[in-house]
Amino acid sequence: MRILYTDVLVIGGGLAGLRAAVGARRRGHDVIILSLVPAKRSHSAAAQGGMQASLGNTAKGEGDNEDVHFEDTVRGSDWGCDQAVARLFVHAAPQAVRELAAWGVPWNRVRAGEREVVMDGRRVTLSERPEAHGLIAARDFGGTKKWRTCYVSDGTGHAMLYAVSDKAVAEGIPVHERMEAIALIHEGGRCHGAVVRNLVTGELVAYVAKATCIATGGFGRIYRVTSNAVINEGIGAAIALETGAACLGNMEAVQFHPTTIFPAGILVTEGCRGDGGLLKDAAGHRFMPDYEPEKKELASRDVVSRRMEEHIRAGHGVKSRFGEHLWLDITLLGAAHIDGRLREVKEICHHFLGIDPARDFIPVRPAQHYSMGGIRTDARGEAHGLAGLFACGEAACWDLHGFNRLGGNSVAETVVAGMIVGENIADFVESPAGELQVSTALVREFLAAEQAKLDTLLQGNGSESATDIRRRMQDIMTDKVGIFRRGDLLTEAVDELQALLQCSRRIGVATRRPGSNPELVAAYRVQKMLKLALCVAYGALQRTESRGAHYREDHPRRDDANWLKRTLAGWSDPFQTLPSLAYEALDVRHMELPPGWRGYGARDAIEHPATAPRAAEIAAIREAFGHADRAIVQQALMPYEHLVPLCFRGHNARLGDAW
Amino acid sequence: MSTDTPRQLTLRILRSSPGEGIAPHWQDFHVEEAEGMTLFIALNEIRDTLDPSLQFDFVCRAGICGSCGMLIDGRPGLACRSLTRDFGPLITLAPLPVFALIGDLSVDTGSWMRGTAERLETWIHSRAEADLMAVEAPMAPELAEAIYELDRCIECGCCVAGCGTLRMREDFVGAVGLNKIARFRLDPRDERSDEDYYELIGDDNGVFGCMSLLGCHDVCPKGLPLQTQIAFLRRRMVAVGLK
Repeated sequence: MRILYTDVLVIGGGLAGLRAAVGARRRGHDVIILSLVPAKRSHSAAAQGGMQASLGNTAKGEGDNEDVHFEDTVRGSDWGCDQAVARLFVHAAPQAVRELAAWGVPWNRVRAGEREVVMDGRRVTLSERPEAHGLIAARDFGGTKKWRTCYVSDGTGHAMLYAVSDKAVAEGIPVHERMEAIALIHEGGRCHGAVVRNLVTGELVAYVAKATCIATGGFGRIYRVTSNAVINEGIGAAIALETGAACLGNMEAVQFHPTTIFPAGILVTEGCRGDGGLLKDAAGHRFMPDYEPEKKELASRDVVSRRMEEHIRAGHGVKSRFGEHLWLDITLLGAAHIDGRLREVKEICHHFLGIDPARDFIPVRPAQHYSMGGIRTDARGEAHGLAGLFACGEAACWDLHGFNRLGGNSVAETVVAGMIVGENIADFVESPAGELQVSTALVREFLAAEQAKLDTLLQGNGSESATDIRRRMQDIMTDKVGIFRRGDLLTEAVDELQALLQCSRRIGVATRRPGSNPELVAAYRVQKMLKLALCVAYGALQRTESRGAHYREDHPRRDDANWLKRTLAGWSDPFQTLPSLAYEALDVRHMELPPGWRGYGARDAIEHPATAPRAAEIAAIREAFGHADRAIVQQALMPYEHLVPLCFRGHNARLGDAW
Repeated sequence: MSTDTPRQLTLRILRSSPGEGIAPHWQDFHVEEAEGMTLFIALNEIRDTLDPSLQFDFVCRAGICGSCGMLIDGRPGLACRSLTRDFGPLITLAPLPVFALIGDLSVDTGSWMRGTAERLETWIHSRAEADLMAVEAPMAPELAEAIYELDRCIECGCCVAGCGTLRMREDFVGAVGLNKIARFRLDPRDERSDEDYYELIGDDNGVFGCMSLLGCHDVCPKGLPLQTQIAFLRRRMVAVGLK
């Protein structure tokens, strides 16, 4: 029995995990990062367009601040998010961008003077202030009032990941590569680390830690058509679910990105539309203004994806041998812009489609892209129900995004959550609760249980194929739990997934070797993925309203009166075939921004009875404070500063501040 | 592009499993070509339908993450974005040389690249702690773009696999390492001097070991200006050496 001991175990080597690890390490704690792949291969690298932070340096970002970013984020979430977390996030985002600048990220910078840009299909001239010259620039993204998305060409995630990954090397943090956590070690509501499988040798090792942090990203691969990397299978979320103590929040909230290339599902950034690109149909008609006159192509992702599918259903799709798609037209941006700002898009179009996006339209269709749901934590990043377990980034639901995430808020969330949760982990490790009290007998028990499961797959007489089960799961999710959802289809999906889960207990593996064995890996992962798929499908079936990315054709209105609450999915009995669902109410009486119209999309929500009184209360508070500093008014409306780690408190300076 | 009768492709793959003592040998797999088929699609089809034990590495499958470097008809490249239509009916696939072999087409680039990062200290060296509340220090827009040009390396290992010098000097830093030095040298936020860089690459395992065969430049999937950067670094390091 091999046991490794450390203060902090971080599962996942993407941006969130790396940044949390750096934070805990800088506080003097030993940290080990586990990663399925070399850390720099993590899916954070695929974030192209940029990260939101309200620096307000550019002409179209002038006047931006935390308040505006907060409101955009809450509206984007369709009021599903935790508003205190959204406040915490928008406060720390400028610091995160500036920290990354100091760590070497070559953010695109403002060039003073006039420049030509494309907005709403027309060329216009913007004039950048001389005093902003050389400061961090921003581009436009969907669902935002200001140009707020800081970027490095369209390789933002790559540049960020390399800077933070190299920072982790500088801090001497070991990354154990090709290591997969397959179970959490826990007892009595306390997490003690993880059982980890070496993907090269097949050996099981126990990592015992005072604090464990899951930062394994999303679970897009439960869908057939997804922009996600092949490693985004949600195993981190699944092992938290399998503890029976932790739970998953809002798993039915799944984002579909409007522009992935058809049919491969590879992402082309929202920056294409932010920079002026247009969506067109088979007739070459720009259709988004017909549906969304206010924000057009730059409504939130859930709205744009839905409008695109609606337009295809109305018979306006481009027909191809793989099915129907629409066009993304960035030709109007010109070759020079594409060569400088959209070069990954250009490479992807060249290699996968054989086209030049400066001359040709790009075939696109929405595909699964982001998991708003994940391991339910508090605003400190600690999991509900399991002390010593933390989660951050896409794997977590602390819950910044509610039912729809804004573009540019995810890669921002990775580093912001890493900064905050890293500090909170260090606090925990230094507190009495952080003391390690675990018996090796317990560790042995967990190792033996996991070994037994693998042995059953390797030596049992199961006959089901993991590959087939996986494909059927992905088909069900894409066909029945997609952008448009309906009670009857969701019922079918839940039934079929339950049957598949039963099947998955009889998987047989032909390759018997214990070490590097892709077939064995596929087998134990699909068993876990099916549980996630059931959380998504069953949560979607129960939620009889439409909110953000969760759209029910049979319940098309947002229903604040009945559904202003977060779904919590648990799995306490390993033999149950459906998750146990519970609900956590969002309290309108404490919201800084009570529910209303988002500024795009549908306007006919069913109002919560507490909304009007809260709106009146807020109006009264604002009036009482008159022209007081906006930070003081904000504190009166919804205090959040107690959630900010001490080292990140204070005022984010901006160009043109009075002080 | 598409014909009425799809081509029958043979993928000739160099198989091995060092952990089990299975020596390298070629194995042929036959797949029917489909429109837009990449090696990512073809290899997954083989694993799903013909041989579930086949090892290879893909992550993003979009040419961004650098996981899938391999020798494709003998030339280092990214498998995920290689379209089968650009190759003949027989395609040979072998793991990248230089890196430790894990099995079949899978190699350990991670340890090699981590070693390079530690050896060359590929991070910003700055004595000042940044004030995160303050407005950031300005940087010329052109300079930020020039740094990004060199920052685009995805550590796929193709340049390492295509390097003649590395066959003779196993401690050679390779184009990936030299490019990183060029990147940090360009970055004013890094306070290291040319004298500091000379300590890192001013010898035969660094910039003076390069034989200028420049296979690296030819095979870099990101089209990094490796030739120019190596030549430029060599000039700068000679200047330090002559002092």
